Amino acid sequence: MRQFFNGLIGLRRGAWEILASTMIAVGVVMLMQPFLLGLFTYSFIVTLSGTVMFIIVSHFPE
Amino acid sequence: MVYTPIEKLAQATPQPMAQKVRGLSDRAIAWIFVAPSIFLLLAVNIFPLIWTIRLSFTNFKVNRANRDIEFIGLRNYERILTDSDIWMTMQATAHFLIWTIVLQVLIGFALAYLINMKFKGNDLWTTIIVLPMMLSPAVVGNFWTFLYQPQIGLFNYVVTFFTGGDPSSFSMIGDVHLAPWAIVIADTWMWTPFVMLICLAGLRSIPDSIYEAAECDRASKWRQFWTITVPMVLPFLMLAVLFRGIENFKMFDLVVQLTGGGPGNTTTLTSIDLKREAFEKWRTGYSSAYAVILFVTVFGLASIYVKALNKVKER
Repeated sequence: MRQFFNGLIGLRRGAWEILASTMIAVGVVMLMQPFLLGLFTYSFIVTLSGTVMFIIVSHFPE
Repeated sequence: MVYTPIEKLAQATPQPMAQKVRGLSDRAIAWIFVAPSIFLLLAVNIFPLIWTIRLSFTNFKVNRANRDIEFIGLRNYERILTDSDIWMTMQATAHFLIWTIVLQVLIGFALAYLINMKFKGNDLWTTIIVLPMMLSPAVVGNFWTFLYQPQIGLFNYVVTFFTGGDPSSFSMIGDVHLAPWAIVIADTWMWTPFVMLICLAGLRSIPDSIYEAAECDRASKWRQFWTITVPMVLPFLMLAVLFRGIENFKMFDLVVQLTGGGPGNTTTLTSIDLKREAFEKWRTGYSSAYAVILFVTVFGLASIYVKALNKVKER
């Protein structure tokens, strides 16, 4: 966990990619879940943020 | 003197053109060759994407093209993401997506595992199993509509043969609880052979020497399966899931032919809903925003999936 946060602070690709992937996955689950309409409403912004972040951080150093 | 075909071609090149080409660098010549493909890619893929994003912020209706186009900001996105009908459509798509992928991977892998065991008539069985994949989705849709007929359909007779009861007591495509499963079954029937073929390629790429070494170490068949077969076929399986996932997210023809999105909206998948908004209600701006949401979702999922696939391959 500490390594993950150090990676985030040090702008390492691995840690940021994990964060971006998690955001995309959470966004897709929010989009398709049957429980709360509120989660569906905010799903797109979460997925979009994750996707844009993923594209940016994939150019970070390993 | 005998000339090679390339030398003959070089001599046939008109002198002014030859002089021009001689003056160009290798890089410039490479660009000249690649430019038509890049231009085509930009014209066919990138330009429509940018245009769709632009339209998604407007109230444009393609059937009223002369009307002034008004910039309405994020209102289309707001409407879509607060619409409970679209939310239901997303859930129907999720149900279809998850169950088709689970069933196709399980059955496809099992079939590939069986076909990979050398037995008599192996090739004939492979051909028979692969047949559904070669049919048109429209044909498969029609074909399953007949199979699901409560009075004359074979499906109801087979089910009631095992469960008892009257074959006409239920309707697969007329019942709101059964219709989502009807499309899952038809798609699984059609596309399991595709997953099977990919798994078969994976299974056949495993060298026999690895199994022989495991036999020497007295590893059981069960252990060989979990420590050799599954990890080595995993990249192939993930590839199959990626292909089927993207394909099923935009599934249209089979479902339209089979249920038309009904009964009610229970089998209305996102692509069917999108088509209705764009080409029946003619809400072009709204449907562009809808398409952008779907695009970002598929693109995001594909990105993390490709990353996971690369990691598995590196292992």
